[in-house]
Amino acid sequence: MSTENSPATSQKKESLFSKKNKKLLSDPLNDSNPITVQVLGICSALAITVQLQQAVIMSLSVLFVMIGGNVIVSLMRNMVPDRIRIIVQLVVVASLVIIVDEVLKAFQPDISEKLSVFVGLIITNCIIMGRLEAFALGNKPGPSFLDAIGNGMGYAWILLVVSIVREIFGSGAISLPGMGQVKFLPTSWFISEGGLYENNNLMILPPMALITVGIIIWIQRSRNQALIEEN
Amino acid sequence: MTINKNSTVYTFGFSIVMVIVVGTSLAYTSLSLKDRQDANAADKKMMNILSAIGVEANRENAGELFADFVIERVSIDGSGRQVNTTVSPVNSKDKTDPFSIEVMKDYRAKIKSAVKAADGDALALQSALESSDLQFPLYRCSKDNEDLFVVPLVGSGLWGPIWGFVALKDDMKTIYGANFDHKTETPGLGAEIKEGFFTDKFRGKKLNTAGPLLFSVLKGGAVTDENSVDGITGGTITSKGVDEMINRTLAVYLRYFESESQTRAQK
Repeated sequence: MSTENSPATSQKKESLFSKKNKKLLSDPLNDSNPITVQVLGICSALAITVQLQQAVIMSLSVLFVMIGGNVIVSLMRNMVPDRIRIIVQLVVVASLVIIVDEVLKAFQPDISEKLSVFVGLIITNCIIMGRLEAFALGNKPGPSFLDAIGNGMGYAWILLVVSIVREIFGSGAISLPGMGQVKFLPTSWFISEGGLYENNNLMILPPMALITVGIIIWIQRSRNQALIEEN
Repeated sequence: MTINKNSTVYTFGFSIVMVIVVGTSLAYTSLSLKDRQDANAADKKMMNILSAIGVEANRENAGELFADFVIERVSIDGSGRQVNTTVSPVNSKDKTDPFSIEVMKDYRAKIKSAVKAADGDALALQSALESSDLQFPLYRCSKDNEDLFVVPLVGSGLWGPIWGFVALKDDMKTIYGANFDHKTETPGLGAEIKEGFFTDKFRGKKLNTAGPLLFSVLKGGAVTDENSVDGITGGTITSKGVDEMINRTLAVYLRYFESESQTRAQK
């Protein structure tokens, strides 16, 4: 046994915050963002970005499932039989999602109702299974943890930006979990009350989420020319 | 000893251990959170009952307002006889408390198949409900010195269950208010039954106790009288579901109301 372990121990121990590991955190925020660059997990990004508070809870849920899934699968990577590895990953993700769902039902029942099936659909979020298969299965728990945070945050910031834009223009308000919805335009400004302003109902509809994501992709690529594909 | 990770025995062993670990942890999570979840569900139910009599409650004050407005909880059987009644505070652990009757579960388990078997035959359905051991909850509320009766409804829409509460006035015929909700009706079409523009139409309408139908949800801008409302365009099947659940459920309660008003007249 000792001879088997020697190559691993003789390797210089890599710091958790080495340059390579820092890239695990920063890359998914920009260069390899799961939503805008890899175009994964789009479905939930469109469906639950009407209000900021839903997006916050959804992001936290996905972040929790990502971190839990990545670390657990990474810890088990040497034990999992190859033939059933996808099923094992699925079971890990599914049980984490069920835990999230149960906790939300117990502590945030209203938001849980609004998110409805989308919490359950975290299981099918390609970002999570993708990272488990591509990263956690071949790396140590430390880097896998960072990779999960990076990708989770990469997913989260797009969701937050999209939901802030949609809620401001669609409902004239911002909502945060535990604080409720804060309207910052006086009601007298609205046309129905004799004012000149009207909420844009198109912003609440799913197509506008796609257009908002599209605009983010546009801005990102114009600033980061390396992302533009060649024809 | 080296273990062959790809052997069938190892794969099976791994799966079995995994299932046991996952199963135990999920069961533990579910059990430890159940009390909170049940409390949330009870709050939601109270909010819905209160909203049928026009009282808007939130999760914080639902229990308090419910105790203020709901003065009696009655359960009746399929032929309209009173089974149990209570005025004590809600105890969701007590199975005989009419508040604990799970109308949704009963509908799924027994009523849905009875409706299908009866196939539109009101008398067959009536006898099926009479011979069952089902119980139906009724909430007697008091608001502005007026007695109101709140009846829970459950039925089927196009894609899944629909439910709601109807509040009747003291004469047990006039609708005081109603609310509906659904699980998976089409947004913009059937899902509109939960919106105010639809539920507001029920206010002040009367049940046609002379029959044949107690109440109708009509199709396509038909002329409505005091026993009917206009259904939702594009949500025909959901509207029909609302129509069906109102007629089926209120038929049971109406027999209770009849005996109740007779005893009242004798007093």
